[in-house]
Amino acid sequence: MKKKGVDFLLLLGSGLLVYCLIASLAWVGVIDEYYMQLLSVAGVYIIVALSLNLITGFTGQLALGHAGFMSIGAYTAAIFVMRASLPLLPSVLLGGLVSAVFGFAIGFPTLRLRGDYLAITTLGFGEIIRVVLNNLEGLTGGSAGLQGIPSFSDTGNYTLDAIIKFSWIFAFFVATVATISNLIRSSPGRVIVSVREDEIASTSMGNDVTRYKMIAFTVSAFFAGIGGGLFSALIGYLNPSDFNFLYSVNFVVIAVLGGLGSLTGTVLGGLVFTFAQEWLRVLGDFRLVVFGLLLILLMIFWQSGIMGNKELSITGLVRRIFRKGGRAQ
Amino acid sequence: MFKKSAVLLVILAFVVALLPACSATSNTIAIGTIMPISGPVSTYGIQSRDASQMAIDEINAAGGVLGKKLQLYVEDDEATPEKTVNAFTKLVTQHKIVALVGGLTSPCTLAIIADAQKRKVVLVTPSSTNDTVTDAGNFIFRACYNDSFQGQVMAKFAYQNLGAKTAAIIFDNTNDYSKGLKDSFTAAFTALGGTLVDTESYAKGDTDFNAQLTKIASNKPDVLFVPDYYSTVSLVAKQARTAGITVPMLGADGWDEIANNAGDEVDGCYYSNHYSPDANDQQVKDFVAAYKAKYNAEPNALAALAYDATYMIADAIKLAGSTDPDAIQAAMMKTNKKFVTGQISFNEKRNPVKSAVILELVKGDVANKPKVVYNTTVNP
Repeated sequence: MKKKGVDFLLLLGSGLLVYCLIASLAWVGVIDEYYMQLLSVAGVYIIVALSLNLITGFTGQLALGHAGFMSIGAYTAAIFVMRASLPLLPSVLLGGLVSAVFGFAIGFPTLRLRGDYLAITTLGFGEIIRVVLNNLEGLTGGSAGLQGIPSFSDTGNYTLDAIIKFSWIFAFFVATVATISNLIRSSPGRVIVSVREDEIASTSMGNDVTRYKMIAFTVSAFFAGIGGGLFSALIGYLNPSDFNFLYSVNFVVIAVLGGLGSLTGTVLGGLVFTFAQEWLRVLGDFRLVVFGLLLILLMIFWQSGIMGNKELSITGLVRRIFRKGGRAQ
Repeated sequence: MFKKSAVLLVILAFVVALLPACSATSNTIAIGTIMPISGPVSTYGIQSRDASQMAIDEINAAGGVLGKKLQLYVEDDEATPEKTVNAFTKLVTQHKIVALVGGLTSPCTLAIIADAQKRKVVLVTPSSTNDTVTDAGNFIFRACYNDSFQGQVMAKFAYQNLGAKTAAIIFDNTNDYSKGLKDSFTAAFTALGGTLVDTESYAKGDTDFNAQLTKIASNKPDVLFVPDYYSTVSLVAKQARTAGITVPMLGADGWDEIANNAGDEVDGCYYSNHYSPDANDQQVKDFVAAYKAKYNAEPNALAALAYDATYMIADAIKLAGSTDPDAIQAAMMKTNKKFVTGQISFNEKRNPVKSAVILELVKGDVANKPKVVYNTTVNP
């Protein structure tokens, strides 16, 4: 019990430290608004990629429709903020919930499928959502898009606005990591991982495999929706055509890049993905070629991604340093 | 060990990148442009960027503005609104731009107008025709006419110049551009006294239009309005002729490049555009010659618009006498000059009051390769 308490404080402390460091660097101008914007975009990508990793990395089911869940969350949050004048926080949470309901509804018939079949059905689902959003003109603005979604804050001070924007996304990022890592370590989480390792063996142990897949899928849809809600406030404009199949693939790339089954890997993967895309822009037309080449090389030499399925544990690191220091004395 | 050092490398790269990039020096004035240099409409984006750069070079060669040189900062938006927001943030924070030429497509422009208005950056979109673009505030201008004007122009041309009494429309109902044109054409044509005998729709990506076209053919319209981009239009045109529709087809600026993408079936069709490269006008001739000399290609309409937008901004800064955003905005409103794409002044909604050029497709010298000729100019 005591160990848990110390761990919790350590994680809270290190999270706060990272946050304060970035926020204060932004405040004094070392990190400018552009990089705050990129960090915020990376934060949203990471939240969605983490949700995908829960399905693909931990449950072992390939899903290719996360842009669909993200767009449901984004449109729900934006519509509640704009049409119902609801504050942002409940709107984002509602976005997550609506997305989770869809996740549940879709998961019911499809999670009995495995592997390739699930990939195709989720892909189809993502496309259906896009077409529906395109045709619900009165609500979503249709193909013209939804414009003028209010941002997180409007203080008149751009630096402060950038910090507030980052704070929102960082808070949701921490909440996502905490929820998913706790879920993985819980008893249902162990069953979820056992499904990835061997579905038949897991069934023969008496586990209701479909039920646990449903849990993972619904939670995943929830966080993808949350990511979408934050995205709508971050960008301020939504267009159904942007949530296409290729957009879903981005999240698969992040999860694979970081390492399937590793939360810290996804975080690193999201940062690398976002910043690489921006930096490689100087290459102009060759950007996509170089980016593709980087991914190919990575997959050849580093098959399991940046972190493999390992985690970079802060508590573990601190404990190791502490123990080493203790021995030396 | 390998993995640990790699992780460290990533972190190091991250820190290095956070070092702020250098911004414009005090003896230059920074202008930004956000264009789709890569992605599905990169042909348009690259030409627009080049034309804008050409304008900047010409202005600098003539002594610059306010005794300073103009510096153009280019960002690629990949034709996605999300990347446009990042690019815009980069331009305003790192390069401190005073004005922006962009974006090219309407969704990209719509994503940044609120921010541009808030930060008081004069934004001139060369080619976003969506009607709502300039609604965000008094700092948002455009160099092209909007969708509703184009629809009106074609309706007027069909009724008055072609003498059409009945018309039919086939349009893409998943595309905002196509829908906007359909609505404005319908309104203007019926207001003039014409009758719309049939309106049919399809969805983006459709390749078979036979059902709709057969129905249109049975209604015998005098003209058929096809408001879409050239790639779809070329498919519709071929099937329309097969279905027995022999009347002229009409289109809008999305038809730009149609002559390179369709055959005999579009002979005798008309479309509205922002300028005509072969119009008998010295300014147009000079622009086309300079562009050809520099980039070895015929500039399309969007390039001409980006060129004009850049000149408008430079003129406004000159007139304002400073780089104060409010002064530039006020000077922009006073714009009234002949540009490559025509005489331009702004109305109270910061849309240009300008004429449209009607181009006709005729049988070319090479078989199955139509030629574009200037037909007439329609004034607002």
